[in-house]
Amino acid sequence: MTTLQEPATSPEIGGIGHSVKRQEDDRFIQGGGTYVDDVVLPNMAHMAILASPFAHAEIKSIDTAAAAAVPGVIAVVTGELLAEHNLAWMPTLSGDTQAVLATDKVRFQGQEVAAVIAEDPYVARDAVLLIDVDYEPLAPITSPQQGLEPDAPIIRTDKEDQTDNVVYDWEAGDEAATDAAFAQAVNVVELETFYPRSHPAPLETCAVVADLNPITGKATIYLTSQAPHAHRTLFALVAGLPEQNIRIISPDIGGGFGNKVPIYPGYVVATAASLLLGRPVKWVQTRTENLLTTGFARDYHMKGALALDADGRITAMRAEILSDQGAFFADAQPSKFKAGLVHICTGSYDMGAAHVKARGVYTNKAPGGVAYRCSFRVTEASYLIERLADNAAHQIGMDPAAFRMLNFIKPEQFPYESATGFVYDSGDYHTALQKVLDEVDYENLRKEQEDARAEGRYLGIGIASFTEVVGAGPSRDYDIIGLKMFDSAELRIHPTGKAILKLGVKTQGQGHETTFAQIVAEELGIPSTDIAVQEGDTDNTPYGLGTYASRSTPVGGAATAIIARKLRDKARLIAAHLLEANPDDLEWEPGRFFVKGSPDQGSTIQEIAFAAYTNHPEGMEAGLEGVHYYDPPNMTFPFGSYLVVVEVDPETGTWKVDRMVALDDCGVRINPMIVEGQIHGGLTEGFAKSNMQWLTFDEDGNCIGSNFMDYLVPTAYETPKFELLETVTPSPHHPIGAKGVGESPTVGSPAAYVNAVIDALRPFGVTTLDMPILPDRVWAAVKAAD
Amino acid sequence: MYPAAFEVTKARTLDEALAKLADLGDDGRVLAGGQSLIPMMKLRVAAPTHLVDINEIPDLDGIKQVNGHMSVGALARHADVVRADVANHTVAAAAPWVADPVVRNRGTMCGSIAHCDPEGDWNSVMLAVRAQVVATSSSGERVIPIDEFVKDFFTNSLQEGEMVTEVRVPNYAGAGGGDYLKLERKIGDYATVAVAIHLDLAGDGTIAQAGVALTAVNHVNTRASDAEAILVGNAPSEELFAAAADAAAAAADPVSDIRGPAEYKRDVVRVFTRRGLASALAKAQD
Ligand SMILES: Cc1cc2nc3c(=O)[nH]c(=O)nc-3n(C[C@H](O)[C@H](O)[C@H](O)COP(=O)(O)OP(=O)(O)OC[C@H]3O[C@@H](n4cnc5c(N)ncnc54)[C@H](O)[C@@H]3O)c2cc1C
Repeated sequence: MTTLQEPATSPEIGGIGHSVKRQEDDRFIQGGGTYVDDVVLPNMAHMAILASPFAHAEIKSIDTAAAAAVPGVIAVVTGELLAEHNLAWMPTLSGDTQAVLATDKVRFQGQEVAAVIAEDPYVARDAVLLIDVDYEPLAPITSPQQGLEPDAPIIRTDKEDQTDNVVYDWEAGDEAATDAAFAQAVNVVELETFYPRSHPAPLETCAVVADLNPITGKATIYLTSQAPHAHRTLFALVAGLPEQNIRIISPDIGGGFGNKVPIYPGYVVATAASLLLGRPVKWVQTRTENLLTTGFARDYHMKGALALDADGRITAMRAEILSDQGAFFADAQPSKFKAGLVHICTGSYDMGAAHVKARGVYTNKAPGGVAYRCSFRVTEASYLIERLADNAAHQIGMDPAAFRMLNFIKPEQFPYESATGFVYDSGDYHTALQKVLDEVDYENLRKEQEDARAEGRYLGIGIASFTEVVGAGPSRDYDIIGLKMFDSAELRIHPTGKAILKLGVKTQGQGHETTFAQIVAEELGIPSTDIAVQEGDTDNTPYGLGTYASRSTPVGGAATAIIARKLRDKARLIAAHLLEANPDDLEWEPGRFFVKGSPDQGSTIQEIAFAAYTNHPEGMEAGLEGVHYYDPPNMTFPFGSYLVVVEVDPETGTWKVDRMVALDDCGVRINPMIVEGQIHGGLTEGFAKSNMQWLTFDEDGNCIGSNFMDYLVPTAYETPKFELLETVTPSPHHPIGAKGVGESPTVGSPAAYVNAVIDALRPFGVTTLDMPILPDRVWAAVKAAD
Repeated sequence: MYPAAFEVTKARTLDEALAKLADLGDDGRVLAGGQSLIPMMKLRVAAPTHLVDINEIPDLDGIKQVNGHMSVGALARHADVVRADVANHTVAAAAPWVADPVVRNRGTMCGSIAHCDPEGDWNSVMLAVRAQVVATSSSGERVIPIDEFVKDFFTNSLQEGEMVTEVRVPNYAGAGGGDYLKLERKIGDYATVAVAIHLDLAGDGTIAQAGVALTAVNHVNTRASDAEAILVGNAPSEELFAAAADAAAAAADPVSDIRGPAEYKRDVVRVFTRRGLASALAKAQD
């Protein structure tokens, strides 16, 4: 494990920079986690949902009699019944509406049509199959191009003003300046590429136990939720329940990746059923339901172009995007940015102008679009520019590493305002790439590649030097359906000097229970193992927007540092009282104030905490507790350089990764081990998407990929070995200089893998391939060259 | 995933299992490793009403040498085959390609053979090595050549009340070699294409017996008879192998699907047959 920082605290305190073992792992390793499916309440009923077999069909009638007659069935719920309670439709996180249970027609395969509530889950599933729905199939639309054809059927017939299938048109940058730069270009590099639909496939599927107490009116909802507070507010708005009566408990989560940010119809139906029946109702998705209906990612058709001057410098970039949104616009993303943050697509390169045009289109596929570690579509942006960078280099006969070095934003240009309006807080791209090149002995590697080709072996080298944008976000620009994207931390230091930290974010495997305790340990010198971190229970944590888009450390982590500092300020006053000294005469070392010049005269944070409750100064409020809401001044901009070496078998089209060297700069690393774990996970998912993973549809709109036989998730067996490097460029505006890292490797790595395979195949004249790079695609590309 | 309701009988002896199967007739279904049957039931592709669980029956898990062949019992797991000292190169090469380590700990070779999934690996191996299947019922035993046993898409030639108790892999007569080449998308994936190769050389180095069989490219596992005919009686050479590879490719009639177009799969059959024959020959000559 490499780390460039010297920790300021001792290993016993375990502050920033220590690879403290994950506090949460004791329970996970011993099978002691509590997931929603582990929640069992007295008198609990079980729900199953009937899914539409068609992608697009009118519902003529629904006959529930046979299902209702099955012994053990308590109720059958249809959209018609929900409509009586005004619950047949619900708002999405993008301000659209989505059917809870279909009433008029079904708009994607797997869409929720009816639900059975029964005494046990097996009976519920048996009965669901007995619901008889009369469908009149309609022509399905399975791509945005098809959706835009003039005679395409309109999917959203439910929306009065909707006369076509366009969801939104959105643009960023300066079109005129970009056109002017292109007019002057010596070379223009173009790329058309498709970033296919994928699904984060968390091992724990989405689930709910809704418990509406008919006497107290209290709604306790156990939910697989990455954003429990936002969900509480949405439940209040959708179901019309008084918000003080709603308690969302998001217990342990078995993987989120953005899949557990939206509100799903099943949650609403289970809640409504519990309300109507006066009993707790549990719904746990099957794998197929999870893959067919919940938040997917990408499905982005991109056209990009770079304008180059005579020296190979990028002068401008153009991007034109067609986004397949599925049947409802349900991206969970900042409302101002309809296409997410895809306008970060100028990446790590200094250019005068850029213009991005994005169009979202309804199709007969499941809704979603920003799940799967994408930082609100930075994944797509980064993929486009890094593919273009490689193609540009080859087109003008320059080495791809040299091309990047020539075009990188220089360290002295930060803070750097990009052509599309981001202000990059910090970066040092040249050093990052150079370190990677040195690690692999790049020149020699290129020579090895030449030699191998002479022997008929096809090695490829791919680079991606990405820039991320995370930490949404400053309230002036960032909100989700009006809720500003601040986040919060509440710190309570108990009399014995132990503490509990409560946060508005929600861990799903990221290790918050360890990392955020370490921030407190850093600031107050309380051992991190003496600090309990609590998240996910809305009755017992301060309001926040949740965990996704790599925002927890940039926002919740900052809130934690600041509230700890505020309490340290108070602790100084208490220490002054205890030591009978002037507060200004006290000096701080981790865990202790002492009198300047007399280091043995001091009070530990534990002594101070005890005094806060037993002997606080007159005129001061008792206690050592506080809460802080952090509104970030800017986003943070993690970056990195990845290099992949592959070998391709041109006869069968298979390829394997020989090396994957990944340098990440995410600013200050709180727990280096956890950071590396995040990077390993992300690099694996990037590999998955480049190599095997996609969610595809046939022409009838049937999803190919509704189980793990067809939708592939790599195991340790096929996952490459990762070699990790780092540089540390602290964020200048974040209280502890951290930037967020959860998504960098999924954002950065796909282009590196793809560039490597294309590089291997350049002798065959191959210049482009789309993900996943399946063996038959390689084979076809090689054959086409023959 | 929730299967439809069903009953289970746990058989303690082979006789008990056979009696129960005879009794149940069409309604009965053997439960061996459950690695194909249970997923199908959970997906509700299959909904048998009664399972006869054979896992507790003693002495069915043997892998042993008898009378010139290797005998593999009905409860020998894939993992047992991986671990066993198997003389047959094709079997040894294929074993680590079947499913993943977790599935291999439960799934059985005989269950896989009985299942007749055209994407299953073992039946191609058995075709290539010309294995025999032992079917047992309460009224006795039948020895069925593998070509007769593998009848159709997910269809074997067992009769009501019969179960597979053993499969027999003949030993090499001369210098033998074999291989199994499989294209899969990840570990635990069924084959996109796989080819089983078997060579038995005569004293003069010519090919006395050849086996070439294909996985996942037809509606059942298929013997590439023309390829075998090209090989048998001839001295091995690159040209001969290339000709056999072309014939093997011609025996493949794959469907175009998410794993690739038919032409691609057919071409991989050709490449794998050529490579497999070369490596089988190397092993035979070793
Ligand atoms: C994730 C996964 C990946 C897999 N990958 C592969 C792969 O790559 N290649 C491959 O070949 N297979 C693969 N399989 C299937 C696996 O090999 C199964 O073990 C095998 O197909 C069936 O063996 P079983 O003992 O589990 O049989 P079961 O599932 O118990 O039974 C399968 C069928 O055979 C019948 N049957 C079983 N035993 C007998 C018997 N003795 N007599 C008569 N009928 C019997 C059953 O009634 C049933 O109809 C995979 C399975 C899984 C779950």
